[in-house]
Amino acid sequence: MVIVGHVDHGKSTLVGRLFHDTGALPDGKLEAIRTMCERRGMPFEWAFLMDAFQSERDQGITIDTAQIWLRSELRDYVIIDAPGHREFIKNMITGASSADAALLMIDASHGIQQQSRLHGFLINLLGIKQVAVVVNKMDLVGFSAGHYEDIRAAYARYLAGLGAKADYVVPVSARDGDNLVRRSARMPWYEGPTLMEALDSFRAAPRPVDMPLRLPVQDIYKFDQRRIVVGRIESGKVAVGDRLLFSPSNKIARVATIEGWNRTAPALQALAGESVGLTLDEQIFIERGEVASQPENPPVLTSVFRGRIIWLGRGNLRRDAEYRLKLCTLDVPVTVQAVERVYDTEDLSIHEASEVGRHGVADVILRSRAVIALDEAQSVASTGRFVLTDGHNIVAGGLVDMEGYPDQRQSLTVRSSNLSRVDHRVTADARVMRNGHKGGVLWFTGLSGAGKSTIAMEVERRLFQKGYLVYVLDGDNVRNGLNANLGFSPEDRAENIRRIGEVAALFADAGMIAITAFISPYRADRQRARSAAKSSFHEIYVKADVATCEKRDPKGLYKRARRGEIAEFTGVSAPYEEPEAAEFVVDTGALSVEDSVRSVVDYVARNFALTDTAPRA
Amino acid sequence: MTHLDQLESQSVYILREAFNRIDRLAMLWSLGKDSNVMVWLARKAFFGHVPFPVMHIDTGRKFPEMYAFRDRYSREWNLNLILESCPPVEATDPTLPPAARSAARKTLGLRDAIAKHGLHGIIAGIRRDEESVRAKERVFSPRGDSGQWDFRDQPAEFWDHFNTDLPAGTHLRVHPLLHWTERDIWRYIRRERIPVVDLYFAKAGKRYRSLGDSDITFPMKSEAATIDEIIAELEATSAPERAGRAIDRETEDAFERLRAAGYM
Repeated sequence: MVIVGHVDHGKSTLVGRLFHDTGALPDGKLEAIRTMCERRGMPFEWAFLMDAFQSERDQGITIDTAQIWLRSELRDYVIIDAPGHREFIKNMITGASSADAALLMIDASHGIQQQSRLHGFLINLLGIKQVAVVVNKMDLVGFSAGHYEDIRAAYARYLAGLGAKADYVVPVSARDGDNLVRRSARMPWYEGPTLMEALDSFRAAPRPVDMPLRLPVQDIYKFDQRRIVVGRIESGKVAVGDRLLFSPSNKIARVATIEGWNRTAPALQALAGESVGLTLDEQIFIERGEVASQPENPPVLTSVFRGRIIWLGRGNLRRDAEYRLKLCTLDVPVTVQAVERVYDTEDLSIHEASEVGRHGVADVILRSRAVIALDEAQSVASTGRFVLTDGHNIVAGGLVDMEGYPDQRQSLTVRSSNLSRVDHRVTADARVMRNGHKGGVLWFTGLSGAGKSTIAMEVERRLFQKGYLVYVLDGDNVRNGLNANLGFSPEDRAENIRRIGEVAALFADAGMIAITAFISPYRADRQRARSAAKSSFHEIYVKADVATCEKRDPKGLYKRARRGEIAEFTGVSAPYEEPEAAEFVVDTGALSVEDSVRSVVDYVARNFALTDTAPRA
Repeated sequence: MTHLDQLESQSVYILREAFNRIDRLAMLWSLGKDSNVMVWLARKAFFGHVPFPVMHIDTGRKFPEMYAFRDRYSREWNLNLILESCPPVEATDPTLPPAARSAARKTLGLRDAIAKHGLHGIIAGIRRDEESVRAKERVFSPRGDSGQWDFRDQPAEFWDHFNTDLPAGTHLRVHPLLHWTERDIWRYIRRERIPVVDLYFAKAGKRYRSLGDSDITFPMKSEAATIDEIIAELEATSAPERAGRAIDRETEDAFERLRAAGYM
């Protein structure tokens, strides 16, 4: 249980007094605190129980989090005291991250302050669902019911804005012990539970045994003849004989044994929370950072995701900066692709920004070089949260949100395994000689309304007239046939693009020029299309910004998206990831349609010709 | 999963992180109950092996029973034992109170041992419930180039993401028992049948609750002659565990100063 709130609202005092009133104070501690206070010529200070550092006592503030054990008649508590000073947010999070419940202190005489709100926000971000708000120092406001009610209502509004609520709001005077363990005679108007009663009603968070299995690989041991895969089961359970899928390597093996030491009998099953060691029936090569799951319920695979983060770094978080991502046992470099929005924790308003300042909360898009395995925070907590490090220290903590981003697993998996390629007896060179030009893919990408289809169709016409074998793969045409079974979910969109990439590559291989005109907003999808067509792939960025495209809006789609009628519309409610190194850029914001078409035709003439002269003019 | 299972699992996770992330690692073995539990947990984590050296920083003033215990179990448990001695008390900070100076010998001995063996990580069996300065510790706690602890600016540590990268010349203290209490330790000793030095059990109405150097550690009044009786005694007592350790209370900040300088 963690105690949080604004500096000086009485967190450490509450802990001291709780200990006294439950009779849990060690012998001699009361006298020791009294001596410390007398030496400083100050009245008795309960906070000295946990403010162990001399500098904390001298300055009267808690610098770092501490833990102490308290026993009620019902059970044992681990009490985590967290500092309320803005400077020590990292220590507050360090303390609060392991709590099942939170006590949020508000000074009745000062009311709701900046850290009262930020701590409420962070408690919610950390996923702590059991919250008691403690309105402290009621003695300073004459035990006024009206005062209490004002604070209760205002804070309830704030929490409601986060989609959260407090289980209890208890008025207390921590220094005097009112409503902590014994009911206060000075606040007869309060009918709710005492703080101790409130605490005793909280429950330890249940272990996620009934969730999908997530077992991040921590290490592989070979101390003797056994090769043991070790890790902690973050959720779900594992049994001898289970098939395990390791992500992202996509390898599968069966659990042969669950190893242990000094056990009476070998374990046949292990549950969430256990640190285990497994041997497998096949010696597959896997490494630390992979996640084992049941094959039918795997984590998401992706190289890009959104994180809602609290930034703790000394400098600002910047777009394009590189950090290390740690997610369970995974540790990989990531780049900040975009800062989507920054939250004002005072009034919960949302702002656009390109940087995030210290202690800022923001949604950012992170990109890794390789595909990684993770979950959305709302589906599996432990594999849905991460930290960023910079140099030697943690600079951010965050939660994974995949909205608008597809799971890349389906596109990455080659299902048939016993295939071998058969070589053609017509060589690529022979096709080039016959056709008079090279084959290839012109992959148009850009926002809706940028002019992809218009330019593609006109380029096709002109190239055909010049004698090129050319064909446009158009969105609606493909969806009527080849991709008739696909919808518009992120996964289906990714699959749509994957198939088009493969078909375009076959056209190119046949010696033709395939032009595709799809928004294809994700770099990962375009990268896959590129690897299908290899060196004959030409990414053509049909460039126009959202404002320009929205002005054109040839199909009225932007209007509908703005009205909320189209979910996840690229550029409006879903991201467009600009090409980083397109072979050719057509700036339709600046060029006319005619000039745009001509520039692409010239590009083809330069890059697809068999000889220096254009083919069969 | 019982409470002891959860504590064990967390400690095993910490030990495995330390072993994976830190290349030159050693475990401190003070021969007390906590460090015996810690060695035991290492054997759990690594399936009967202890894959790093176990180091005893010897003040030369331990009880004879402790030396006998060390010699027996380092063999029986097949430990790679490193023995290091401590400089004389004259080498310690003269502004510290007398018992603290005596304890500070161990800090210096540890500092020398870290340098001698080029260690990047030290596993130590401290617990948050022992003492309020230790309650502020991190699980992976970075130390400066002479072993000092910058407790005013500790790095963030949450969701079991420990600080495992560190600048050259510094080292990490790893604390796998930080979340255990004294009662947890004894219950685990009982469950796992972990051997401990006989001095913990009452003889002639006295027993040691915490073991340090023989000259600055004092026994308490107790009739608890078995593990069960010790656990029953701990359920009832409100006396602090380290009441018999002179160094904790000589001056208000004696222990804080010891720890800031690198004491365990």
